[in-house]
Amino acid sequence: MTVTTEGVTAADAVAKGALQAQDISAWFGQRKVLDRVNLFMPPRSVTALIGPSGCGKSTFIRILNRMHELVPIASMAGQVLLDGEDIYAANVRATHTRARIGMVFQKPNPFPAMSIRENVLSGLKLTGVKPNDADEIVETSLRRASLWNEVRDRLDSPGGALSGGQQQRLCIARSLAVDPDVLLMDEPCSALDPTSTRRVEETIHEIKDRVTIVIVTHNMQQAQRVSQQCAFFLAEENQPGHIVEAGPTTEVFGNPKDPRTDDYVNGRFG
Amino acid sequence: MATTTDHSSDVEARRHTTLTTPKDRLLQVSVVLGSGALAAVLCTQLLPVSGPVPFGFTWLAVFLVMYWAVVRRADDRLAAKDRLMSFIITAGAALVVLPLALILGFVFIRGIGALSWSFFTQDLSKTGTLDSGGGMLHAIVGTLQQIGLSVVFAVPLGIMTAVFLNEVRGPLRRPVRMFVDAMSGVPSIVAGLFIYTVWLIQLGQQGSGFAAALALSILMLPTIARTAEEVLRLVPGGLREASLAMGATQWRTVWSIVLPTARTGLITAIVLGIARVVGETAPLIMTSFGSTAMNSNPFKGFQSSLPLSVYQLLSNPFAAQQQRAYAGAFVLVFLVLALFTTARALGNRGAKPPRKRKERT
Repeated sequence: MTVTTEGVTAADAVAKGALQAQDISAWFGQRKVLDRVNLFMPPRSVTALIGPSGCGKSTFIRILNRMHELVPIASMAGQVLLDGEDIYAANVRATHTRARIGMVFQKPNPFPAMSIRENVLSGLKLTGVKPNDADEIVETSLRRASLWNEVRDRLDSPGGALSGGQQQRLCIARSLAVDPDVLLMDEPCSALDPTSTRRVEETIHEIKDRVTIVIVTHNMQQAQRVSQQCAFFLAEENQPGHIVEAGPTTEVFGNPKDPRTDDYVNGRFG
Repeated sequence: MATTTDHSSDVEARRHTTLTTPKDRLLQVSVVLGSGALAAVLCTQLLPVSGPVPFGFTWLAVFLVMYWAVVRRADDRLAAKDRLMSFIITAGAALVVLPLALILGFVFIRGIGALSWSFFTQDLSKTGTLDSGGGMLHAIVGTLQQIGLSVVFAVPLGIMTAVFLNEVRGPLRRPVRMFVDAMSGVPSIVAGLFIYTVWLIQLGQQGSGFAAALALSILMLPTIARTAEEVLRLVPGGLREASLAMGATQWRTVWSIVLPTARTGLITAIVLGIARVVGETAPLIMTSFGSTAMNSNPFKGFQSSLPLSVYQLLSNPFAAQQQRAYAGAFVLVFLVLALFTTARALGNRGAKPPRKRKERT
């Protein structure tokens, strides 16, 4: 298991939103699904998690903002350091961590009882923040998610009436409105058509200077297009998932050190 | 690749799409007439029964057989089955509505004589048992107040119970659900007796509309709780996750996301709860006792209500009282209808639920 801290530079250490996973293991009941995963996700850049289905990528990403513990039988071990502080420390509130580490899900899930505008502001409302410049937040967030031009005239219509790709970008806007340090994306494009996928990728490019992004994807081309770092997860038969190889995306795809990585990124299995 | 359409012609003729062909409809009409004629002959000449109701059933039976035979000849077996089934289902729905319409009509015809302006503006305190005139205002006011109070008690409790059953993990969930289920099986008179023994006997309080409302809320609670629970279960888990992932607490998620998303369903739950108790008479007999005089204070003194008045008036042998009872029953039905319509309108106001879209395309 490679500890990928070699990419850390002085600038990375200063910028906010550095995520460091240390010896992360995870269980569902008695079944171990992750085995001592170490990964550094540098701030203000995109880290892609790739690997075949069932290798623990989603579990890993859900551990990064304490969503894993919502499953009744789930448990975990290890540390997740956000800017050097363990988010699982006893004195840290899960709600506080989740407000700093946003998440976009596989299936677009805008709140159906809310308008587009209310959806964008929902994160603030839910955490009890009363913004003075609500209109500005709505516009900036929607612009960053490159949805503003499509919905500017109908901010008060329900969020559920948008197309699937628009809904997903609305969910991204919603996550950005609370100004998180990290944005986790769990296969954000798997339910979208190619055009919408391209728009979401553009959005990722747009926002990666402001927020650390960790994205799970099954699409090799997408991983290459959007990410700077890449980690390849693998779960061998009846074994918990672990990281086979991690490093700069160009390295992982162009010059993989492990033959299994080579096979996977070139589509020979998985 | 947008294709331009030629709009120079006027409005296009819209195609009428239907599953039946003109031949089918002709067939249906002829079978209806033919079976009617055959049923008439059967009922008047051959069968030992006559009258409109046996005729109706004979007609239905003859129609089914005839229709089957005719469609079977004209079409293949599957199509014939399909026709017959769709007819049976439609007829079934009509048969369910029929008794309802009959009850409404019966109550209306028996009570129409007593319905007048004074029926809604006066009480019965100065009306003798043989007199006509007087009104049921006291009962209408009583019903509205008692139902209103029981809604105030039962709705928050019921929805909180539903939230507990659906959103809270823990060992208490199963026993609570069992308890709520058991409660929904409590006969209404037992709820009345419970309030009678506890509130009136043990605590020495007087019978009142309030006591009646307590008994009614006991009956209403399990209906609201269980229906609301089913509704909350339909709220997608993804919405809860999305809310929690933004740093919301669990209660905030329930309050701002889960309950608003389920609003229409929750209103249905409340409507069902009201429907459960609005016609209850038994628990009122020993809690509010009834009265012929107007009492607009539900906390003091005996109070009447529509079902209780109907019950008390009907046990009276005099024609004027009986007629009043039917008129009261009609007003009760109408009141319920008005309540439900209002509740529906309230539930659908504001953000409409999103159009159902296909999951995968």
